[in-house]
Amino acid sequence: MSVAVAETVAEIKARNKELVQEVLKTYPEKTAKRRAKHLGLYEEGKPDCGVKSNIKSIPGVMTIRGCAYAGSKGVVWGPIKDMIHISHGPVGCGQYSWASRRNYYIGTTGVDTFGTMQFTSDFQEKDIVFGGDKKLAKIIDEIEVLFPLNKGISVQSECPIGLIGDDIEAVSKAKTKEYAGKTIVPVRCEGFRGVSQSLGHHIANDAIRDWVFDKMEGKPARFESTPYDVAIIGDYNIGGDAWSSRILLEEMGLRVVAQWSGDGTIAELEATPRAKLNVLHCYRSMNYISRHMEEKYGTPWVEYNFFGPSKIAESLRKIASHFDETIKENAEKVIAKYQALCDAVIAKYRPRLEGKTVMLYVGGLRPRHVIGAYEDLGMEIVGTGYEFGHNDDYQRTTHYVKDGTLIYDDVTGYEFEKFVEKVQPDLVGSGIKEKYVFQKMGVPFRQMHSWDYSGPYHGYDGFAIFARDMDMAINSPVWKMTKAPWAA
Amino acid sequence: MAALRQIAFYGKGGIGKSTTSQNTLAALAEMGQKILIVGCDPKADSTRLILHQKAQDTILSLAAEAGSVEDLELEDVMKVGFNDIRCVESGGPEPGVGCAGRGVITSINFLEENGAYEGVDYVSYDVLGDVVCGGFAMPIRENKAQEIYIVMSGEMMAMYAANNISKGILKYANSGGVRLGGLVCNERQTDKEYELAESLAGKLGTKLIYFVPRDNIVQHAELRRMTCIEFAPESKQAEHYRNLATKIHANVGNGTIPTPITMDELEDLLMEHGIMKAVDESEIGKKASELGLTAVA
Repeated sequence: MSVAVAETVAEIKARNKELVQEVLKTYPEKTAKRRAKHLGLYEEGKPDCGVKSNIKSIPGVMTIRGCAYAGSKGVVWGPIKDMIHISHGPVGCGQYSWASRRNYYIGTTGVDTFGTMQFTSDFQEKDIVFGGDKKLAKIIDEIEVLFPLNKGISVQSECPIGLIGDDIEAVSKAKTKEYAGKTIVPVRCEGFRGVSQSLGHHIANDAIRDWVFDKMEGKPARFESTPYDVAIIGDYNIGGDAWSSRILLEEMGLRVVAQWSGDGTIAELEATPRAKLNVLHCYRSMNYISRHMEEKYGTPWVEYNFFGPSKIAESLRKIASHFDETIKENAEKVIAKYQALCDAVIAKYRPRLEGKTVMLYVGGLRPRHVIGAYEDLGMEIVGTGYEFGHNDDYQRTTHYVKDGTLIYDDVTGYEFEKFVEKVQPDLVGSGIKEKYVFQKMGVPFRQMHSWDYSGPYHGYDGFAIFARDMDMAINSPVWKMTKAPWAA
Repeated sequence: MAALRQIAFYGKGGIGKSTTSQNTLAALAEMGQKILIVGCDPKADSTRLILHQKAQDTILSLAAEAGSVEDLELEDVMKVGFNDIRCVESGGPEPGVGCAGRGVITSINFLEENGAYEGVDYVSYDVLGDVVCGGFAMPIRENKAQEIYIVMSGEMMAMYAANNISKGILKYANSGGVRLGGLVCNERQTDKEYELAESLAGKLGTKLIYFVPRDNIVQHAELRRMTCIEFAPESKQAEHYRNLATKIHANVGNGTIPTPITMDELEDLLMEHGIMKAVDESEIGKKASELGLTAVA
């Protein structure tokens, strides 16, 4: 079905350039000029992907981006399971983002963990007019009565909080004092701030620095350190991703002292500055706090990629290189141990997926990180882009993509549809908003934010599931029935 | 019955908007007009001289108590004072919290939805000093006040505010049909005050509708929480307010779309009248010591 594989690189480049020009033609001149900077193709040898990023979306286009609140509450803070996260403001933001991220966790919901519950201050008109600080104080009191086993509270600001100038910091400090030093974190992640959810990640990282780490200063460690303590940073445990990652590190002989933030706890956040190494999966959402820990506590950090056996092996060796010979040997043992599993998965699925082409459009790390896993199955990425990436993401992407790959930053609904229509990939991997558009076009699709209610995809176990899911999407018999017999 | 007239008083904070408006409206009531005053200032003191007390039950405080504005009845918030003038106060948060602008919007919507404007000849909005945000511009939007009276004086900042308010009116003049009714000068006894007020009115494309002289009796009445009309109906000052009321009453349909001026033009105006000396461009931003000026008052 795909034509891309048979083409030469020069042909692909020419086609992609033409395609970008064709898409831009639809826009008014000013819009076309601005969008042109975000669309392009990777040229081998260049330090980045040749596109601008982290710039305001243009009014009138359908962007796929989220807001700062989504970045803080939805991504960074939300998964911390033993804290209660208040969506502070009118009811909608909390309600419509309720439990939508599939951050799995262990615990008794409503008793000692609260991940799938929604807490909102449900602002009414009077709260806007008279301010919501008193209401926030009351909510914190009620939380303390109703959920006494909560280990902390975060206040996730929705837009109106910043507009009316509520002093959530003062309320948080007062209540921290009242409740014997309890961790209460005000987060200024009002949705109108910044150009995407990306600023929300940064604000959330800074809140951890200012309201969790700084509070710990001078207090003794609550655990005995070992030379092998590591913290998993930037794994949100979508469908259990952090679990299938953690076991590999543990099999190597490392001790995982914290998971940020999937299935994580406030105690784990507090323990992290004492880790020997921070291993960072989602660079975009948690590089800020990793850099801070390096500067302030001297904790080094290393980026890794647990999608697909090639990248997993590379990453295990990279992580092990920060430790002694025992760990390095163990890393080899772990790689060897799972070799048979990987061989079996590849033997089964590669023949069914070989040569299939994929277009991706996702968030923080996946537009590049999953490429290796597809390639392990013999598939090829012909286009990729980030919703809210920055230039450092596009720099990192150059290590993954092939010469001539189509690149689209903050792609609009129109552009994405056109690209897929023309490139005709065998699979599109993106989000829920895109899913049905492409399936109705007859193109197989997998959600690459939520793993389409499947997962985990991280680690060796995750790779087996990933391979099965991609095969299921592409080779489903349903696609044979999408063409009308009379229109053949 | 003549069509409902919706008017509003705007002006720099502390210029005497509430005093001027309440005295004028009391005089209009004397003339047989049925009046409703809508106070749009969180301080809730726009009806104090009519009610002889600061309104305790503002729309927003009652709404907060009851849960929401939908839980209120018109009777709960409307008070009747001197000469049967109906009074409501929007109220709002204490300084430094919440959003008073949103409060004004909420209150005005409530009054309209509950038929507060039925059976009155005049609705008068008294709005706080500066139009700081969209909420305080609510009374000049579509289907609200049609005539704006700006209370000002010969002081530079009061004139500056008057010009700014004109800009606000201009913004809504085409979409909503609001017009500038005129300037009301509240005498501060500054130099050449009357001439300045007249010139400014001319520049803004309107007229000085009345020059209210300064008289201590206003202060005496105010201390007793009364208008001059009620406290000293025979006084000269009461007569001035009656004159102003008559002018406003006769001013129907005479409003104009204002022509606000630039800051430079405003300064030129002051120079023209000799209030401000022309200053050379090179002296802007220089300290007195730098300019070799020794005695600067």
